[in-house]
Amino acid sequence: MNSEAPRKSFRRKLDIAHGRVDMSHGSGGRAMADLIAGIFRAEFANDLLDQGNDQASFPTPSGGRMVMTTDGYVVSPLFFPGGDIGSLAVHGTINDVAMSGARPLYLSASFIIEEGFAFADLQRIARSMGDASREAGVPVITGDTKVVERGKADGVFIATTAIGVVPDGLVLSGDRAEPGDIVIVSGSMGDHGVAIMSSRENLEFETEIRSDSAALHELVAVMVQAAGPHLKLMRDPTRGGLAATLNELAHQSKIGFRIDEDAIPIKSQVAAACELLGLDPLFVANEGKLVAVVAPAGADALLAAMRAHRHGTDAAIIGKAVADEQRFVQMTTSFGGGRIVDWLSGEQLPRIC
Amino acid sequence: MKYVDEYRDGALARDIAATIAAEVQPDRSYAFMEFCGGHTHAISRYGIEDLLPKNLRMIHGPGCPVCVLPVGRIDDAIRLAANPAVTLCTYADLMRVPGSHGASLLKAKAAGADIRMIYSSLDAVRIAEAEPSREVVFFAIGFETTTPPTAIALRQAIAKGLSNFSVFCNHVLTPVAMRTILDTNDDPNEAPIIIDGFVGPSHVSSIIGLAPYREFAETWRKPVVIAGFEPLDVMQAILMLVRQVNQQRAEVENQYIRAVTATGNLIAQNLCAEIFELRDSFEWRGLGHVAASALKLRAAYATYDAEQRFAVQTTAAADNPACECPAILRGRKRPADCKLFATVCTPETPTGACMVSSEGACAAHYTYGRFRTHRMQVAS
Amino acid sequence: MCLAIPALVVQILPDQMARISLDGVMKTISIALVEDVAVGDYVIVHVGHALTRIDPAEAEHTLALLAEAGALGQPA
Repeated sequence: MNSEAPRKSFRRKLDIAHGRVDMSHGSGGRAMADLIAGIFRAEFANDLLDQGNDQASFPTPSGGRMVMTTDGYVVSPLFFPGGDIGSLAVHGTINDVAMSGARPLYLSASFIIEEGFAFADLQRIARSMGDASREAGVPVITGDTKVVERGKADGVFIATTAIGVVPDGLVLSGDRAEPGDIVIVSGSMGDHGVAIMSSRENLEFETEIRSDSAALHELVAVMVQAAGPHLKLMRDPTRGGLAATLNELAHQSKIGFRIDEDAIPIKSQVAAACELLGLDPLFVANEGKLVAVVAPAGADALLAAMRAHRHGTDAAIIGKAVADEQRFVQMTTSFGGGRIVDWLSGEQLPRIC
Repeated sequence: MKYVDEYRDGALARDIAATIAAEVQPDRSYAFMEFCGGHTHAISRYGIEDLLPKNLRMIHGPGCPVCVLPVGRIDDAIRLAANPAVTLCTYADLMRVPGSHGASLLKAKAAGADIRMIYSSLDAVRIAEAEPSREVVFFAIGFETTTPPTAIALRQAIAKGLSNFSVFCNHVLTPVAMRTILDTNDDPNEAPIIIDGFVGPSHVSSIIGLAPYREFAETWRKPVVIAGFEPLDVMQAILMLVRQVNQQRAEVENQYIRAVTATGNLIAQNLCAEIFELRDSFEWRGLGHVAASALKLRAAYATYDAEQRFAVQTTAAADNPACECPAILRGRKRPADCKLFATVCTPETPTGACMVSSEGACAAHYTYGRFRTHRMQVAS
Repeated sequence: MCLAIPALVVQILPDQMARISLDGVMKTISIALVEDVAVGDYVIVHVGHALTRIDPAEAEHTLALLAEAGALGQPA
């Protein structure tokens, strides 16, 4: 009953003439990847862009390597348990640099502010950004300000850029995972997304879950030290959650993953909130966690070093990379059967079914 | 989570799987249909297939109200939402269901329609109360589990004297659908597919009780076991079905005794009887027109009936001829047998009923299980 | 079509509403479909409505039946 011959892969092309952007294009899943490839990559076309990581690494004219990254923050609500759009912007951008193993140096921040936005709220956000950047040791050294008419921005949008310096000889990239490598997550999955959803209207539920938003560059420094050349790559599972990250990595490294559901740390309130709404925590965003892939020889030392750091206390080995032509992320469920963990389809919406 | 985690115990699952394996007769095969999409989802999401013996097969039934909602009704909802005076309130599941010409509520929202995703029917009433200048239409779908919440919302809207609230009613009925699966033979050249028994829906049964299933046991001689929602419930129900088959019994049994009583929820039943009545016929995606299978508002509630308030005229729209949903919904074919599966037809770009919601047979197989059958040329 | 979850009733509210807790996650739902709901009851929650009460004795009974079914599968 199953066809033996492989099916020809069908890649739906963007309907440039008539198509419109919808919410699924921003959710970190396949639709977003298609949009980026079909419009942005197609038009910008250069090798550095094609690296395909969250940051681009490039040689500097004076020797050495640096990385650059950019991000946009459009979160709603602006203020949520555990943070706000400002601290999120600082942490998230630092993390994109840190995932390459680079030391983040400086940030820029550009504000697009809606007419009518209260000064008090703007100061609250700026103060939060200032505090976060001071705590991280990464100052905001340049910026821009624009104001748009009422209704054209959700209060405020923040766009950031960060640069960092890559230590000599360190090459961490999404295409470096190999069969046999071990996969480690730095802590519990799904906290941020649940914290955000709990503050959204029409989904009102009360929970003690706070966003895990945090700058991870110091944890990364400890990890690079502990694992040395065994460390292959790191990535932070933001939009689209752990599922999106593992699928991206599988395709970039041309491998598959085999993971164990029981090994994935998830807080009980996060699990409960996801049950209530019919969500899968593997697809829910994180803002203070990372996934690391390390050669088996370095796994124990890496795990121990992560657990000793405040941002890695719940770190856990969740599985390994395997050869897999189909690039599947296969998971053994807590029940004992198997399933795949696929890309998110469109935006994850609460279900009734 | 109490009353949840205990019924997900993996060690116990392996033990029960061993019992099932020991009790199935090696010289015959078993095919059970789980009617309810929630069960299809649970079976796929927990990988229960891996725990069942090779001669026992689960057939995924059409009990997914999102999946069986016909294209024409989605088109109606999109047209309602296009009315600038209308605020369409919908469960999130419906946002990506494709209508005609690739339209969807999600795309309509992107083009500017006032469409709001809600968690509870009462949220629609709240919006109507808070925004009296808007015509709030609640897009009501679901089997018997979700019908009482619509009734409660309507009752509340009436009690609050809201004149800007109406219901676009698409509620459908379970036993009729089960009968249709057994009754119709979609290909006269092939023998009808054998279904040895049904795993009955959990929460539909909490509402309707056990009596409506008796015809399947008594007239059709098919065992029915009402199963709870958790994977151990499903495993136990499968064991009970195996035993019925082996002992040549055909009875309605209740595995979900902690939440289903023989009479069901009388408050819910009475309220629904007051507000809804049967439609003569309703079109189901993948099953065609089925008599007495769906509900509409009674004449007394005509002012709250969006179909009357907005003079909705549903036009039928054909499904893609290459789509194998009619055969898949009856268990004659499997998702991987369909030429469109995983190529043209994916959860992001669904062609037919079975892919449209995460509980449809094709969507469940694609999202959780296709590693068992799937080989694609990887574009790298 | 049954995404529904058992939750603990922690507070009865006016207009046939109640606050439920699922492992500490709290939500306000309608209890209009279930008679005589009391704090401490577990109810099945579906789209913001309680559909029925969980019977604790029957729940225990089911667990016992499950354990029995599992025991049968064990080699003697």
